[in-house]
Parts: sequence; C-alpha cells; structure tokens
Amino acid sequence: MLVLSGILFAIGASGVLLRCNAILVLMSVELMLNAVNIALVSTARALGDLDGQLFVFFSLSIAAAEVAVGLAIVVAIYRSLGRTDVDDIGAMHG
Amino acid sequence: MDMTAYSLLPLTLALPLAGVVLLTLFGGRLGGARSGVLATAIVGLTFLVAVAIALDFTDSVTASGSLPDGSAGIGSAEDGSTGDVAVGDHGVGDATGDHGVDESGLLGDSSSTDDQHGVVAPHIERSLWTWIRVKRSFADYELVPVTIAARDIPDLSRITPDMVAVVEVQAGTRAGPRTVREELPLMWDPEAIVGVQIFRGAITPGTILSTRVATALGADDKIFVPADLASPGFTADVSLTLDGLSLLMLLIVTGVGFLIHLFSIGYMAHDPDRRRYFTYLNLFIFSMLVLVLGGNFLMLFVGWELVGACSYLLIGFWHRDPANAWAGRKAFIVNRIGDMAFVIGLMLIWTTYGSLAFADVLPAAAGGAVTGSIAIAIPALLLIGATGKSAQLPLFVWLPDAMAGPTPVSALIHAATMVTAGVYMIARAHPLFEAAPVVLAAVAIVGAATALMAALIALVQVDIKRVLAYSTVSQLGYMFMAVGAGAYAAGVFHLMTHAFFKALLFLGAGSVMHAMEHGFAHGGAHPADGSGRESASMSDASFDPPLDAPSSASHAPASISTPDLDVDGHSEVDLGGAGASSPPRPDHFTDVPAHQDMRMMGGLLSRAPITGWTFLVGGLALAGVFPLAGFWSKDEILLETLARAGGSDGGTLWVVLYGVGLFTALLTAIYTGRQLLMVLAGAPRSTGAKNAAESPWTMTLPLVVLAVLSAVGGLVVLQTFGAPLLHLLEPVLGAHPAEGGPSKLNMALMASAASLSGLAIAYALYGARAIDPDRIATALPVAYRWLSRKLMIDELYDAVVVHPFQRLAPALWHRIDEGVLDRVVNGAGRSLIASAQAWRHVQNGRVRSYGLSIALGAVALGILLVFADRLSGVLLP
Repeated sequence: MLVLSGILFAIGASGVLLRCNAILVLMSVELMLNAVNIALVSTARALGDLDGQLFVFFSLSIAAAEVAVGLAIVVAIYRSLGRTDVDDIGAMHG
Repeated sequence: MDMTAYSLLPLTLALPLAGVVLLTLFGGRLGGARSGVLATAIVGLTFLVAVAIALDFTDSVTASGSLPDGSAGIGSAEDGSTGDVAVGDHGVGDATGDHGVDESGLLGDSSSTDDQHGVVAPHIERSLWTWIRVKRSFADYELVPVTIAARDIPDLSRITPDMVAVVEVQAGTRAGPRTVREELPLMWDPEAIVGVQIFRGAITPGTILSTRVATALGADDKIFVPADLASPGFTADVSLTLDGLSLLMLLIVTGVGFLIHLFSIGYMAHDPDRRRYFTYLNLFIFSMLVLVLGGNFLMLFVGWELVGACSYLLIGFWHRDPANAWAGRKAFIVNRIGDMAFVIGLMLIWTTYGSLAFADVLPAAAGGAVTGSIAIAIPALLLIGATGKSAQLPLFVWLPDAMAGPTPVSALIHAATMVTAGVYMIARAHPLFEAAPVVLAAVAIVGAATALMAALIALVQVDIKRVLAYSTVSQLGYMFMAVGAGAYAAGVFHLMTHAFFKALLFLGAGSVMHAMEHGFAHGGAHPADGSGRESASMSDASFDPPLDAPSSASHAPASISTPDLDVDGHSEVDLGGAGASSPPRPDHFTDVPAHQDMRMMGGLLSRAPITGWTFLVGGLALAGVFPLAGFWSKDEILLETLARAGGSDGGTLWVVLYGVGLFTALLTAIYTGRQLLMVLAGAPRSTGAKNAAESPWTMTLPLVVLAVLSAVGGLVVLQTFGAPLLHLLEPVLGAHPAEGGPSKLNMALMASAASLSGLAIAYALYGARAIDPDRIATALPVAYRWLSRKLMIDELYDAVVVHPFQRLAPALWHRIDEGVLDRVVNGAGRSLIASAQAWRHVQNGRVRSYGLSIALGAVALGILLVFADRLSGVLLP
C-alpha cells in the first residue's frame, strides 16, 4: 500500500510540476493529497492505531475546501485572461 | 502630640500645587489680573495654614516634653492606633497664646518658655506614600540575631499603651554591625510589640513578630529576623517632616512668598504673560516647600531640582530677549554641575547608610557609624551641591546673571528663599558634616572667601540689581561661614533676617525701577534723545571713575548684557546700545538699562517716600546697623566664628575667618551706603529720577511689612524675649553655647564699629565728597578694572570651560556623529535595500518554479530525516 501511495504521489508531483493547465495542476494536487491519505490509512492499519484514519478525515475536508478555493481562482483567472495556463500568471513577481 | 499640625502639613503642599493646576487649566478664562489675585490668595492661605501649624507646634513643644521618640509616636498612629499620649513631665504651661496671626506672625513662631533646654524636639514625620520600593528576592534573606531583653512584656493581656519595652537589636547596616538599644512604647496592638520602629532603617516600621514569638521571649532570648528586614530594599517615601528648622523655613517661604506675590500683582500689572508668571511662582512655592518639608534626602533633592527648574523658567521669563534665555540657561547649567555632585553624594549616603531618610541617616552619622574617607566624601559632595544652589565659590556665577528675571523673582528666588537651600541643607544634614571637620572647615572657608569676593565686586557695580545680587552672594557666604563654624542656628538666623531685608531691598529696587520707568515715560525727555544721558554723564563723573584701558571691546562674548526689561510695556532703550552716543570715556557698565542704573537715580527719597524709607531700612539692616535685623544675625555669626578660635580645634584659621568676616561687614556697609546715597540722596540725575512717582499700594504694602520685619526680626534671639528662635532651632541643630568665647558686648561693639565706619566711609566718598572716589579708582586702576569686570571669573570660565566645549562640540558633531554614527545607521539601511534588490528576483511569479522549490525542499527534508542520526552531530550539537 505504501508503494501504491508513493507511485500516486510521484504521478501527482510530476503533474504539478509539468502540466500547464491550471485545472490539471489542481487535479494533480488532489492526487498527491489522496496518495498521502492512502499512506496514512495504511500506516494506521499496520500499527493498529486509529489516529491515522482520523487524520484522513481532516485531510479530506481540507482537500475539499482547497479544491473549492482553487477552482474559484481558476475560474477567475479564466475570466480575466481567457486561458488557464499557470505560466501566464506572473503578475505578482518581485 | 496634637494632631492638628500633623494633619495640616500636607495641605501646605497641596495648596500651591492646586494653584498651579487651577492657573494652568482655568487661567486663560480668568485673565491675567484675576490669575494674580488667585495665586496670591492661595499663597496667603498657605501662609495662614503655616501659622496655624506653627502655633500648634509650639503648643506641643511646651506640652510634650517627654516623648521618647516623636517619630515613633507618629509611626504608631499610622499603624491605626491613636498614638501614645505624651505625658509632659517638665512641660511648661506658658504657651503662645498671645501671638497674633498677622504679618508679624513670623515672629510668633516661638514658644516663650524659659527653661526648655532639656526638651526633646517634637518631630513630626509623616509618610504620605511610598514612592519607589525595590524588594529584594527571597534568596537574599539571611538571619541576623536580635536580642530582646524583655522587661515588661510577660503577659500580653496586661499591656497598656504606656508600657515600655527595652529592645536591643544587633543588626547590621552596610556600615557594619552595631547594637542599638531603644526603649519602645508598647502599642495598642500587642502583635506589634517588637520589631516596630526598632532602629529604623534596620527593621522597617510595621514589622510584626507573631504573638507566639513575643510571648516566648524571656530575658536574653534571641530571635531572628530575615536580613530583608535588617536592610530593606530601596524605598523612597514621600514623607514630610516637621521640626523647628523646617517650620521656620515653612514660615519664611510662605510669608515672604505671599508678600512677593502681592507685590507682583502691582509690578507685573502690565505684563501680558502674568498668568504664566503666577503659575511659575506658585509652582516655585510648592517646590520650595517640598524641599524644606521633605523627610528624606530624596524629597530634598526633588524639591532642589524643582526649584532649580522654576528658577530657570523665571530667569528666562522674558524669553523673547535672547539674553534672558541665555541667563536662564547659564543658571541651569551651572546648577547642574553642583547637582551632579549632590546626586553622587546621595548615592553614597544610600550605599553607606542603607537609607535616605533623615531619621535613619542623621542619627547614624551622629553616632559615628561611618568613618574614613567615605565620611569625608559624602559631605564634600553635598557641599559642592550647596555651592551650586547657594551661589558660592566657585559656582556663584549664575546668580548675578539671574537678575535678568523679573525683580520680584529676584527677591523671592534669588535672594530670600531658593538660594538659601544650600544653607538649609547643610544645617539639616549637619551630623554628616560634623563627621568630617575638614569639610566643615571647607564650608567656612568657601563662605568667607565668597563673602569677601562678592562684597568687593559689589563695591563698583552701578546696576541697582547687581549690587544686590552680589550682596546676596556675599551674605550667603556669611551663612556658609556660620554653618561651617558649627553655628547652625546662627546661620539659619541670618538666613531668616536676610530673607526679610534682602526681599525688602529687591522689592524696593523693583519699586524704584518702576518709579524710574514711570519717570522716563512721563518725563517727556526720554534718555534716548540724549538729554537724560547728558545729565547722567555730568554727574557720572563722580561715580564712575575714568579709565585708561579701552574696555568697550572688552566685554567677553559670553558676558550677558543686562536685558532690556520691558516692565511697563513701554519699550525701554538700552543704554548699552546707546554707547554709541559717545559716553565721555570708556565705561565698563554700558549695558545697564537706564531705569536700573544707579547713576541715573538720586533724590528718590522725596519723590517716592514709602519706597525710599523702606529701602533705607532694608539697606541699614543689611549693613548691620543696631538694632535692625542684620545686626543681630551678623553679630551672632562673627561671635560664633571667633568662639571657634578659642575652642579645642581652634587656631589661626578661625581668627582669620573672623577677620575676613569683620572686613566684609565693613565692605557691606560701604557698598550699601553707596547704594543708598546714589539711589535716595542728592539731586536726581536723570529725567526718570526727576519724574519718578510712588508705586501702587500692592507694591508699597509688602515693602512696609518687610521693613517692619527687617527692623524687629532680629529680636527673636534675645533672651529678653525668651529667645524663641533658638528654642525652635536648638532641638534640631543642637545647642551651641559659645563657652569661653569673647564677650558678647565687645563683639557687638566691633561689628557695630565695622558697619558704622563703613557707612561713614560711604558717606565721605559719595555723600560729602570728602574724598573723590574717582581719585581712588585712578590710583588703583588695576584693582578697579578687575572689580568692575567681576574679577574676570566669567571670562575665566569662558576660557577654561565654555570655549573648549564650543570647539569640541563641532568636532564631535562632524567627526563622530556625522562621520561615524550617521554612516553606520545609513549603511545599515543601504545594505538592507541592496540585499532586498538581490532577493526579489527569487519571487518570479511562476507557480511551477515555486512548486519545484517545494519539491526540492521536501526531498532535502526527507534526506535530513533519513540521515538525521548521522547528521545530528553536525547540525544539532
């Protein structure tokens, strides 16, 4: 299970780093979060401890909130720029 | 002890302070005239309170002869009990019933008893609140044995308030261990039997030992108290003290202060800033009372600084003229020098005696708790402080310049009250000084030297206020000589009489100036058009001798030109500027305003009779003419000085000091006679004098009252009248019988001879013109030049202190401040900007590069976790 979680996390991380579309980046982030969730659940089972499962609930709810905010930002970017390419968003650079 | 005086004491402080607050808040609405009346009324009320306290106080002197310790009684009262009932075993019933509460109440500060020499001084002390308290940590506690020989406390239930316990404490102050044995009244609260008031400073008031401990005590039992109690942390009480000395000062300050307030109403009638003036004046009264009523050195110092601040504010009252502001600054800075020594002295007192309260320090010093160099250093530092405040050598230079302030201020602050603070302080702290006879002798020498020098300078001044200023310095020198000789009562006595006659003279001078201004304003011919000056120059010849030395350029840059006093609202022409109107010859006194220039006066006795006659009384009192006030006090000082010569530590020193004192008395009479003749006698020498008019009643009434006081104020030392002053002061300052000394009659004759011959010389020179003073000055050009330029002391200080500083300051400014400090600060800012410029490129706005950074950081953290145990030696030592 930890291996599965590691593979999923790697896919998610590479997706975040390599994809241009903001929606896909968000999806990759979700993938990484869920990989972590799997790791937590599996560890909890291996140790016979409920704490890990409990923690997953927090993680899930935070992921939901994050998606809501993230999608809202993406929509806002799309409305203003007409695209959702993350490389175009650089107005805040130093 | 009657409680009335005790409870009224804080009121004397509260009233002037309330005046300050009221004038500050509502003075604008009141307007100038009513502000003045309000301030005067408040000080008058304070004086009445002071008189009430005095009457009550003298009652208790006669009624409570047997207080074991006055402060213990009050301390118990503060603990909530009703205070011990004093049983007078030799109190005399002759109280002060017949002293009226009027202006001459100053004389009523007496207890007319005749066998009171053994009476313990009633000494009221009240702590209003504790101001600063620094507790030491519990770890500092150490145990100090306290032996209590309990004689009368076998059974607590039988304790009555008049029972006494003999308590012997072995406790250490920082001065070293010592045993103190005291008889303590047992108080209402049995729990407070022991520990309270034992050796104040060692065990704090309020220390309560438990009932169990108290009952367990037998003879020779030992108990232990924490060292914390044996030497409490630093505490500073706002405490008031009332004894004969502070009572006398209280009466002088409020009494003379009231008269001068009254005078100021008339004198300042046309000044637009009257409100500010009266606010400062009330603040000064408050400050001075803090100084004289304070129960510890810190309160004394607070008052000391406050009066200094008031002095600064009032010297520079007419601050629109830079010269006045300059004089204020000079006074402030010169005083700081003395005050710094004073503060160091206070710190030494604290570290040596472990307390700043008079009640702790002074008995310890009198008991010889401290010896060696520290016992010399403390009074020496206090002496330096006193020379600053009381204008003695070498710090006297500010006082003559302080005459830039309004004349009533000169009378109140710079003659009658504030400048005597040094004398008061030395008298108050005399046990400290007596522990170091060297310093005491130094006090006397400083005083005598100052008296002589200032009297010499006063001989040639032509500014009416400056003559008085130098005369003040000289008289303060007398007081120092007296306290240096150990004759504290004589010094304080001279302080009192001097307050009367010098306040009178200054107010008289103010009235004269007022009259002169009136004369100039209404006389048609203003001195600016030359006619006034012309007539002055004509008669000048007799008063201002010719000189060969060109001196018009000789005024040092720092020497203050006497400012253009603008009392009446009329712009007064400064004759210093009119030096261009070609005086016949070089003149050292070109900067004297016309209405202050004695060469412009003359004949004022007939034109302003009340001012003139009172001025005459004040002058004769200053000169020491029998039977006016100055005669008695000066005679007393000379007597005591010579008596020291016959004493055990006698020697030529005291004989020399006596000679100096006698010679100075002669000089005093000469310059006073000169001033009186120049101002009052002869024909008017200017239009101002010709048209001078009498001042309004608010100005003449204080003059008359002060003249009466100056005339009869000296009689309070006479045995015929019960010598009330000495009875008041002796319990505090110690009796000082001049045993084996010269006979009083001879001394009085000598002093009288000096003053009368001085006046005769003055008359010969300036009245009858038997000898032309010009000829003397011409014969002694060097002496005259030095005297007229005040012995060049200002110039000396300029050269030694002021100019080096003025050169050092720009160097520090440009090199150190701009060159080093500014560069460091600016450099810090610039380097921050530069680093920010470099780092801003990291924030490139690309989400994926941020993601990469996160990923790399995660990888780095992972590596760190994996190899943590191996790296721990490197990263986490």
